Amino acid sequence: MLHTIWFLLIAVLWIGYFFLEGFDFGSGILLPFLGKTHAEKRAIYNAVGPVWDGNEVWVLTAGGAIFAAFPQWYASLFSGFYLALFVILLALIVRICAFEYRSKIDSDTWRKTWDGLLVFGSVVPALLWGVAFGNIVMGVPLETVNGVQHVFTGTFFTLLRPFPLLAGLTTLLVFTLHGAIFLSLKTAGDLAERARKLAWPLGIATVVVGAAFILVAQFWLLGGIDKYFIGFALTAVLLIVAVVLSKLKRPGWSFISMGLTIAVFTGTLFWALYPNVLPSTISPATNSLTIDNAASSDYTLTLMTWVACIMVPIVLIYMSWTYWVFRKRVDPSTLTGPTGLPPSFLSNKANPPAAPSAPSTPTPEGAR
Amino acid sequence: MNALDLARWQFGITTVYHFLFVPMTIGLAVLTAILQSAWVKTGKEHYLRATKFWGKLFLINFALGVATGIVQEFQFGMNWSEYSRFVGDIFGAPLAMEALIAFFLESTFLGLWIFGWNRLSKGVHLTTIWLASIGTVLSAFFILAANSWMQHPVGYVAGTYADGTKKAVLNDFLAVAFNSTVLGTFPHTIFAAFLTASLFIIGISAWQLHRGHETKVFRTSARFGLVVLLIASIGTLISGDQQARIMTSQQPMKMAAAEALYQTSSPASFSLFTVGSLDGLHEVWSIRVPGVLSFMATGSFSGTVEGINNVASSEAQQFGGAPADYIPNVPLTYWTFRIMVGLGFLALIWSIVGLYMFRRGRTPAGKWFTGLALAGIALPYLANSLGWIFTEMGRQPWIVYGLLKTQDAVSGFAGWNVLITVVVFTLLYAALAVVAVRLAIRYIKLGAEPAPAPEGEKPEAPEETRPPVFAY
Repeated sequence: MLHTIWFLLIAVLWIGYFFLEGFDFGSGILLPFLGKTHAEKRAIYNAVGPVWDGNEVWVLTAGGAIFAAFPQWYASLFSGFYLALFVILLALIVRICAFEYRSKIDSDTWRKTWDGLLVFGSVVPALLWGVAFGNIVMGVPLETVNGVQHVFTGTFFTLLRPFPLLAGLTTLLVFTLHGAIFLSLKTAGDLAERARKLAWPLGIATVVVGAAFILVAQFWLLGGIDKYFIGFALTAVLLIVAVVLSKLKRPGWSFISMGLTIAVFTGTLFWALYPNVLPSTISPATNSLTIDNAASSDYTLTLMTWVACIMVPIVLIYMSWTYWVFRKRVDPSTLTGPTGLPPSFLSNKANPPAAPSAPSTPTPEGAR
Repeated sequence: MNALDLARWQFGITTVYHFLFVPMTIGLAVLTAILQSAWVKTGKEHYLRATKFWGKLFLINFALGVATGIVQEFQFGMNWSEYSRFVGDIFGAPLAMEALIAFFLESTFLGLWIFGWNRLSKGVHLTTIWLASIGTVLSAFFILAANSWMQHPVGYVAGTYADGTKKAVLNDFLAVAFNSTVLGTFPHTIFAAFLTASLFIIGISAWQLHRGHETKVFRTSARFGLVVLLIASIGTLISGDQQARIMTSQQPMKMAAAEALYQTSSPASFSLFTVGSLDGLHEVWSIRVPGVLSFMATGSFSGTVEGINNVASSEAQQFGGAPADYIPNVPLTYWTFRIMVGLGFLALIWSIVGLYMFRRGRTPAGKWFTGLALAGIALPYLANSLGWIFTEMGRQPWIVYGLLKTQDAVSGFAGWNVLITVVVFTLLYAALAVVAVRLAIRYIKLGAEPAPAPEGEKPEAPEETRPPVFAY
């Protein structure tokens, strides 16, 4: 019972992460396509500015929760998906720096560099989280090595099998579309209109690839229509509804429908995984990780259940309040001004405008 | 180098690097919150300008703390999968609580603080920085509780997973959360965080005063920083002293190695400086203070302190193997410990000198003072890093003291995997450090922003009225 509760909670944390960070990724991916002007680019950054950090904590919590509730899952998954996870981490690191440093220097070169890193930092996790979940659902080679069970014995290329890659392409498109719908809801003027228009072809592409994924998952992986088809079919309906509502200029409802698409899709993948958490493709009987053999003790799980029951609602309340505070559309026409310091960063010699020059002043440590 | 050595280097590099930003985040968040409180309470404009000046430097630092912190959440599973399997039942819980209780609080309310300058009322806006600050302090508590369990495992029994894999099983969470080790480590780390932030404020303020920039803002900041430094350095020394005693009783080897004390002695003298071979056989020259090690370790000048050889043989007897297997890197522990303690005393002296220089309306502007104040910024970075290197290296060969050895904790894959990640992380971190330091220097040179226009009636202020430094 406790094992199932924690499996569900971890599914909820990933749903929260993909729903929230999904539109951050999508907005980042669309930055070069939708942000035509300086002000529009700033509007895209500002649309996610107050919330991206809180959104990202969902993945830290999901990681921490897997560690606490299913340590063997945490150990086999993260060591097995080593290089893939490493690339995701690199992407997330540069993405954070792009958010925080991009507007600190008023130079086109500076901004373009960080914009490029934001796109990299958004595309890579949007693709690789899908690849990761494709692998989890499909199973990976887990074997007993030197007496240790559940050790990943594949390579980096094991993770790049066709099915996980299709899953990655699906999440990449889903998050990009989610970003387009988010921007059509959260920005104003021309930018919002272009985001809405882009959501249509993007939506069609997502529906096509998503349908391909669902069919392959249903008929090839699961071996035919079964109960999980309810989840997949609902995902497809919600996705189509989201795309159509966006076309009909209902960005709010479209966004809700898109959020539900992500929730139901992620939920269905977890449902199809249950009661496994990481199946072994080689020796399922001894090396598959399940909610039972991967789990922490009942003591730990009971303790964590209490913590989660108290904290998750509180977190949801104050995060919702944040979205309420920043509910207004971000209007690019109010963001035309320069940001940050004048572009003499590379020389680092120019005296700042506000400071009277004092020739004999010592330079702070580290100054070139 | 094999996967084990590389994984240890990686943990060392990523964690020490992450911890360059953490104490500054904790200290500067709280100090910025105090300055903003002073502004809200008194309405004096120089407090507001100080808040914004230190606040933007805080944010430049914070970004890298967050970015490098993500790696911490995942690398236990990546490089230390056997450790994770063995300890997850206990170690995972504080990590998950840290994310759920502390990280959400910190990240959400910091977002509100950055973007809420003109959107929230003064009181609510002030509350956001305080809640974010509380988040940073709470996160320190959880992660230190987890680390303290590695130093001194409590509240567990031996057990297995359903498939028979061995693990430690939590049976008393309160024992883990209020482990005597964390009760020593937590105050020490928090005081060190304030020490770090206050030395930064003092150094930058002294430089601004030296060049005659915004005397009122930076004189206030400097004096504020000095008072914090005085409290923080005394607190760091007292809590460090407490911690040394806890450490002696829990990990006698670490204390013996910290002093390179090979034979059990009572009373034991403390060497300030030793020239000689550190295997303890040939001592060329040393300055020794009689009885001080006994005092540090036991609280009595005549107390008995166990020597390395004695502890090593008893551990070898208890756990098997040769005594040499149980001796950490002695020169490293000896010097890291010494320099850390020395820097703590320097910080205390510096706070007294500084407060004297700023007494009764005076403002020191001499080159020597400014130079020392700027050099002082580096002091806590060195001390913090050495402190952690000492704590973790002094525990070797154990990853969990007495329970699991580091060599048995590492993931089983080939070393080249780790080599790739070590090299790329190191290069990326180095590049980001250059960017962040240069960015910080640019904003320091810019100085405090000119006084804002008087607060008019701007109920729905447009975006651009947000202070430019907080613009995105």
